[in-house]
Amino acid sequence: MNMQTTMTNKPEKPVHLNPWRRWSWLIWLILVAGVYTWAITGLHFTGLQESAGSVSKSIVHGLVNPDWAYVYNGSGEDLVSLIIQTLAIALLGTFVSALISVPFAFWAARGEHEWGHLRSGSGKIVLTLIRTFPEIVLAIMFIKAVGPGSYAGVLAVSIHSIGMLGKLFSEAIENMDRGAEEAIVSAGGNSPQVFMLATIPTIMPEFISYTLYRFEIAVRSASILGMVGAGGIGTPMIFAIQTRAWSRVGIILLGIVVMVLLIDTLSEQLRKRLI
Amino acid sequence: MTTPEIPQRSWSQRWHVKGVGWTALLVALLVGSSKMTGVDVGMFFSNFDQFTNLLVRMSQPAWSYVPIIIQPLYETIQMAILGTTIGTVFAVPFAVLAASNLVHNQWLRGIIRLILDLVRTLPDLLLAAIFVAIFGIGSTAGVITLAIFSFGMISKLFYEVIETIDMGPLEAMESVGASKVTIIWYAVLPQIMNQFVSYFLYTLEINVRASTVLGYLGAGGIGVFLQRSLSEFDYNKTAVIILAMLVVVMVIDGVSNHLRRVLL
Repeated sequence: MNMQTTMTNKPEKPVHLNPWRRWSWLIWLILVAGVYTWAITGLHFTGLQESAGSVSKSIVHGLVNPDWAYVYNGSGEDLVSLIIQTLAIALLGTFVSALISVPFAFWAARGEHEWGHLRSGSGKIVLTLIRTFPEIVLAIMFIKAVGPGSYAGVLAVSIHSIGMLGKLFSEAIENMDRGAEEAIVSAGGNSPQVFMLATIPTIMPEFISYTLYRFEIAVRSASILGMVGAGGIGTPMIFAIQTRAWSRVGIILLGIVVMVLLIDTLSEQLRKRLI
Repeated sequence: MTTPEIPQRSWSQRWHVKGVGWTALLVALLVGSSKMTGVDVGMFFSNFDQFTNLLVRMSQPAWSYVPIIIQPLYETIQMAILGTTIGTVFAVPFAVLAASNLVHNQWLRGIIRLILDLVRTLPDLLLAAIFVAIFGIGSTAGVITLAIFSFGMISKLFYEVIETIDMGPLEAMESVGASKVTIIWYAVLPQIMNQFVSYFLYTLEINVRASTVLGYLGAGGIGVFLQRSLSEFDYNKTAVIILAMLVVVMVIDGVSNHLRRVLL
């Protein structure tokens, strides 16, 4: 018997990538280059102002020598009082928002037997619209309704946060473990009992954790809402910048940095213990 | 045979000391906050007609305003693209230095991370207000604000990605004596490129949202027109601007979501 040890038929021609795959990098390159050319040529750069040098110098000087007298003077308009006010806006806004977000979350969560995702789809669209609506504009609208001050800030934070909390909550509902619910159903529980004894205890740690995370973000936004008059540390900040009181700006910046770092650390510790 | 001892709840468990304590703390904080902020539910509803009046005026957008805001909308997107890019360029070396699997010097890593943490605490509008004072009113201040903002965010996202890479290729190259730069170029970059681009697009989305309001403080883009219409009480124009912002944000989100799906 004649064993064939050498390969007689040569392999076919190597498979070439089709031209699209082969040249796609070039198309991407041209696209990206086009986008950047558009972006760079479209902007009118103002360049440095003549005073930029001296302004930067006085900013640095102010930041290095903060106005320590402003930290606490008992007037209720000092740094510590306003930082506490900022935290109060964030806390109250986040809490109210977490309560309102729960029904939104159940609306937007995709159900297993849902036909065509009409309900959850519409909920997701509403949440996206709320998320995209600028918080600053909301704050200005609420200032028209309740006057300038931290109440408008609370309202702005509580409405704007629904967009993100509702989305996170609804995703938590979609991914939750259905075991406890099924157990209560098979033991003969009715739907309020299933909800109270299975759904809420299963979902609660995640809800609280997301709410804490959102609180961290709310602290940052509450500290700038004051720039349009919605209370908190932002109001003296924008005054100090407009009047070029850089040592005042320096101490407020320092206050905000310390506040944000503290809240982030605290909330991170709490979240670690939750999950 | 003795009966097994029934587990007893401790005193604090029986009276739910922990739960009651946390609830009491939360209630105290909430009551204190509402006193501090002067929340008055009645006032909101007594002034509700003013609020609905505003909404009614906003529900009649002045469509003739659309052509005027096209150019600032472009400017907003251009600011976001440039800001994100500049921020990313500066973020990459910092991300490499902050990654615990590439840099073994704990001190260097700690200092770099501290700087990044500090940068991330600064709210974007606050940066915008300061840069408007330095660079004057215009898009330069906006680009620089967005660059710093994305620098803080991207460097954190990037170093977390770098820390998850497979160390095999790195060890292989190290054992044949490759230099640090060669290792980063041939062993680190190919593993993280896709995720880098994905995070870059994600940051771009956030920056487009942010850049729409930066102009409120004079940092260029559509926000300038937003501020103008609000201060002139031209709420029909405000409505057009907000709708335009919604469209832009959704288009950018759609494009970037599509690109990310293609990449990953």
